[in-house]
Amino acid sequence: MAITRFTKWGATGLAAAPFLMWGAGARAELGLNMPQGVTAVSREVYDLHMLIFWICVVIAIGVFGVMFWSIFHHRKSRGAVPAQFHESTLVEIVWTVVPMLILIGMAVPATKTLVKMYDSREAELTIKVTGYQWRWQYDYLDQNVGFLSVLSTPTAQIRNTAPKGEHYLLEVDNPMVVPVGKKVRILTTAADVIHSWWVPELGWKKDAIPGFINESWTLIEKPGIYRGQCAELCGKDHGYMPIVVKAVPEAEFKEWLAQMQAKNKPNPKTANDDNSTVKIAGGQTL
Amino acid sequence: MSTASHAHDHAEDHGHDHGPPRGLTRWIYTTNHKDIGTLYLLFSLLMFFVGGSMALVIRAELFQPGLQIVNPDFFNQMTTMHALVMIFGAVMPAFVGLANWLVPMMIGAPDMALPRMNNWSFWIMPFAFTLLLSTLFLPGGGPAGGWTLYPPLVLQTGDAFPFVILAVHMMGASSIMGAINIIATILNLRAPGMTLMKMPMFVWTWLITAYLLIAVMPVLAGSVTMLLTDKFFGTSFFNAGGGGDPVMFQHIFWFFGHPEVYIMILPAFGIISMIIPTFARKPLFGYASMVYATASIAFLSFIVWAHHMFTVGMPLAGELFFMYATMLIAVPTGVKVFNWISTMWRGAMTFETPMLFAIAFVVLFTIGGFSGLMLAMAPADFQYQDTYFVVAHFHYVLVPGAVFSIMAAAYYWLPKWTGHMYDEKLGQWHFWLSTIGVNVLFFPQHFLGLAGMPRRIPDYALQFTEFNMMSTVGAFMFGFSQLLFAYNVIKTIRGGAKATDKVWEGADGLEWTLSSPPAYHTFTTAPEIR
Repeated sequence: MAITRFTKWGATGLAAAPFLMWGAGARAELGLNMPQGVTAVSREVYDLHMLIFWICVVIAIGVFGVMFWSIFHHRKSRGAVPAQFHESTLVEIVWTVVPMLILIGMAVPATKTLVKMYDSREAELTIKVTGYQWRWQYDYLDQNVGFLSVLSTPTAQIRNTAPKGEHYLLEVDNPMVVPVGKKVRILTTAADVIHSWWVPELGWKKDAIPGFINESWTLIEKPGIYRGQCAELCGKDHGYMPIVVKAVPEAEFKEWLAQMQAKNKPNPKTANDDNSTVKIAGGQTL
Repeated sequence: MSTASHAHDHAEDHGHDHGPPRGLTRWIYTTNHKDIGTLYLLFSLLMFFVGGSMALVIRAELFQPGLQIVNPDFFNQMTTMHALVMIFGAVMPAFVGLANWLVPMMIGAPDMALPRMNNWSFWIMPFAFTLLLSTLFLPGGGPAGGWTLYPPLVLQTGDAFPFVILAVHMMGASSIMGAINIIATILNLRAPGMTLMKMPMFVWTWLITAYLLIAVMPVLAGSVTMLLTDKFFGTSFFNAGGGGDPVMFQHIFWFFGHPEVYIMILPAFGIISMIIPTFARKPLFGYASMVYATASIAFLSFIVWAHHMFTVGMPLAGELFFMYATMLIAVPTGVKVFNWISTMWRGAMTFETPMLFAIAFVVLFTIGGFSGLMLAMAPADFQYQDTYFVVAHFHYVLVPGAVFSIMAAAYYWLPKWTGHMYDEKLGQWHFWLSTIGVNVLFFPQHFLGLAGMPRRIPDYALQFTEFNMMSTVGAFMFGFSQLLFAYNVIKTIRGGAKATDKVWEGADGLEWTLSSPPAYHTFTTAPEIR
């Protein structure tokens, strides 16, 4: 029958679609997966992500395999005669208990990682990150250093009147600079609406909420420039408040810190006075 | 109408033969469950196209990096309105419409228990959506803070703000009335012998859904009222500057929002549990466990809300509790999937359009379930939260999940409702184009999210270009193939091959004992339940 043949070919196409897409993705040099990141925690998160992913893949192959086997063999056009069984307490118990065990197997490593992520003790440097519409402020607590960080992509690129640069929308005027190999505590808060501070290579994001101070930490192992974006809708320029973290060796960091402190001398209040800082800085809006 | 002198005498004998009144007033004054069901379903179809058009604006802008078509503020209005229209205007009314048509016919009741309230609960909807959609033409435009209405951002909304709040209140009132009606009908109007554990799964899932609606819609109403007073009456429920707490809004909102997710999927489970046995020609496997699994999912939906908020900075114990509770949902959901597959196992399947949609539902909803399980892992969620991975996840459960189940239901029961067979060939085309389209649309969004693309942005970094292009192509393919569906539905309403009463060889249930189309009033005397 025409319909049956149509169905069969269609079903094959449906089953193949995700795999074709995987193939297409692998050929191009695109981000397909979560980055492993540059901290011990980000690698743990990546491993957890891959663990659950593969568990899901195995279950999917089993479940869909049974289903498609049934679809191909138990069809009326092949003369199948329907069985009439319709319950079994035993199998219901089995497919309740087995998934429970698998879930426990997932929950154990997830709990371990989470506990680690929540332990921000013994940090050697604390940076307060404040979200504004639509820029970030970084204050190095007790260091007398604080500055705003604003998107540096020219408007012409966004409006398509100039060719887009390599780091289109992921570049800022003043990156947050941190030393490698040191545990850095990051306090997030916001001054107007809720934002979220996210650098994928660090393995986490944390909301920046007015009236709250959230605590996180990171210990970057490799010098480099790591880019991220605000992840919580915060108004019209939500897509235009990127984050750039520059991780440098400790000596270089100390040098940078001294420079910044020297620059800040004339106005020691800046770091702790949010309002005055906002007035000084002219943020780019569209 | 017979002559005046005889009308009274014969009214009782011929009562069920009366057709509907003619003209527009039929639809305005109707208290007939079939008419109101039709109104709900057509309204839902209209909103599906309105919300879909907004989605196409979003996808068109995201075809390439840079700003091409809309400005960022209008983009945010589109994402906000798309969600509100699709959730409250398309998916929920479609399920209520199906309940209206089907619940009385499935339990052997003459109509809904509260027919006048039924009329009211429908007719609130067009007003609510006129109000909501009119905000797009107000100075400052529509709401742009996301459908989740998070303060403080939502308080920056311009003139649209009170309109949106009032529209949400009206939708909520409509939903609550609809839910009360469904509960009253199911608990009071079942034909003698139709015990609870003999009810069709669609009726069961709707009974549970209706309780969820009554439990959480008032919570939504409360939360948006607090937003209203924060904005206009000087309160500080959610304003940190006045001693309030912006995170409290999220807790209250998601206490509504998570059961809401199940309000949009439990009736879908019911539909699929009706369709698969029909086309496998085999009774549903594990009926009782299906009922218990549905009830378990409903219960769990009340204790998992904060998994939407893993990144707000909850204490460790809170994170762990919501992570474990969320993972538990996989168990009853798994039971449902296993039962559906066992129902197919050793059946004698045919693959008409409703069955195709049901099978696609099982596969694609399960994929959405897998990504849901991944999202349940709090440490991994710190990476997934607010990215396109989440967008892909909930669209997989809502589009090839909820929406496919509604389409399956439409094809499955249209012959019963209209008395005409739909065009099978067109139905199959619609199915394949939709299924391929929806995967091209949403599958690449998993990759985008994992690679670091946040959601709700009008413009993106260059490494996200290819998958966004692919996604947009899929969106237009999916969107335009829905025109085939609308065409097929209209064509079936207007004519077509005569449908038999039973319609499907394997169909089972009271609705299939009625004529196709059923009389305007059915089961005026209760049927015998074997």
